[in-house]
Amino acid sequence: MLNINEVIETNKMIHEMNLDVRTITMGISLLDCAGDSLEEVCENIYNKITSKAKNLVKVGKEIETEFGIPIVNKRISVTPIALVGGRCCKEASDFVRIARELDRCAREVGVNFIGGYSALVSKGMTKADMLLMQSIPEALACTQRVCSSVNVGSTKTGINMDAVKMIGEIILETAEKTKEKDGIGNAKFVVFTNAPDDNPFMAGAFHGVTEADCVINVGVSGPGVVKRAIEQVRGENFETLCETIKKTAFKVTRVGQLVAQEASKRLDVPFGIIDLSLAPTPAIGDSVGEILEEIGLEYAGAPGTTAALALLNDQVKKGGVMASSYVGGLSGAFIPVSEDQRMIDAVEAGALTLEKLEAMTCVCSVGLDMIAVPGDTKATTISGIIADEMALGMVNQKTTAVRIIPVIGKKVGDTVEFGGLLGYAPIMPVNPFRCDAFINRGGRIPAPIHSFKN
Amino acid sequence: MKKTIITVLGKDSVGIIAKVCTYLANNKINILDINQTITGGYFNMMMIVESDEVHKTFPVMASELEQIGEEIGVRIQAQHEEIFEMMHRI
Repeated sequence: MLNINEVIETNKMIHEMNLDVRTITMGISLLDCAGDSLEEVCENIYNKITSKAKNLVKVGKEIETEFGIPIVNKRISVTPIALVGGRCCKEASDFVRIARELDRCAREVGVNFIGGYSALVSKGMTKADMLLMQSIPEALACTQRVCSSVNVGSTKTGINMDAVKMIGEIILETAEKTKEKDGIGNAKFVVFTNAPDDNPFMAGAFHGVTEADCVINVGVSGPGVVKRAIEQVRGENFETLCETIKKTAFKVTRVGQLVAQEASKRLDVPFGIIDLSLAPTPAIGDSVGEILEEIGLEYAGAPGTTAALALLNDQVKKGGVMASSYVGGLSGAFIPVSEDQRMIDAVEAGALTLEKLEAMTCVCSVGLDMIAVPGDTKATTISGIIADEMALGMVNQKTTAVRIIPVIGKKVGDTVEFGGLLGYAPIMPVNPFRCDAFINRGGRIPAPIHSFKN
Repeated sequence: MKKTIITVLGKDSVGIIAKVCTYLANNKINILDINQTITGGYFNMMMIVESDEVHKTFPVMASELEQIGEEIGVRIQAQHEEIFEMMHRI
């Protein structure tokens, strides 16, 4: 029989420490929606999404009420659209038409984001991949809920530097097209290496081609819970610290597992994975930066930060893996700047730089996330930043990503307000030295030697 | 009806348990266990309840209990037992 202290502990986590399930994401395959005419494809997409996800939001809300656990987001990920629209899209604007259709579906079923306006080009680009990529600025400018991603590299294939070069330009064009809204288009765009097929978190979620027709993936969170737990062991050694994080991660993940099971049962859709991630929000007490401080750093970014983050990430996984039968997605601590109040404070205090963030991404998921930079940053510089981050992922056999937001008309020292879960961000300085000749070489960076495992 | 945990949290006052129990009795909901403790001046109560004859849906019961809580100045929450079982039992 349960005892009262256990019940009090759980409810304290929910009410005082921001414990929540960050997202239930329904992955829907659109491979069977392909066709010859654009109208036909759009109609197929609409029919499939609105029938599969009809009850997603309703069931999410039921679970919230019955278990008393907030489920912050209900979302959808779909098959990379470059694959779905390959046959019927003859020019970039045809893909934009599909983006509008996805936006309409998202509105209709009541989800706040739909991910999968994506292309997988880690080794090369098809004509459809090219067209989709060219259409990204317009697609992100004319829709509200569509999220886009491009996978430009992997440990097995190396890095497609032609795509990396193109994406630098795409990001600037998106910034220009959404400049009235402080470049928000790029908050909905991620470039990946080793992108997972089952990531439930936006903006990088898509439903990979190795997946079933329809699955439920769940992303858990809970930085606030970890922070409060380790407050109790202040000054104790690393063993105690690690034990505490691990136990807490276990408890948090169990809630995610329960929600995933229930959602899967009620929607009659198979359960895919739990993504064990510490995903911060701008709310006070829901910050990964705060955990790093509690571990013993004055600010995130101080010497020791990479080590602290490495242990945090590892303990979260060790605790979480036992709590769920299937773990996947990104699974690690997120270190976005704009979505985490203490990370913003660290940048403003001068403790955290782009270079330190890059180092931190070697030991956690996912990458340079929600970084606002001056609007006059060159396309090749953005490509260079992306290439560095992709190389980290390729060599370390992990997912890395870049979500960088050049803000037209803003310079270092300004801030940019995105609102809601996206928060606000200080504009960060970028290394001013050029890398044009490197980016303009063209072609591919070969796969690293340790990828040859056969 | 699945086993449900009802928790009451707030300032201690006369008649809290009576109010909740009256509601449960009127709705033919059986109490399996009651536990209470005072921590930091706050009254914490937990009830494990169950019912064979359910007349109301879970959301209706949960929101009616919440309302009773508001009337007497405490927070009353009903949750399915599994969330606690999952978190605290291997």
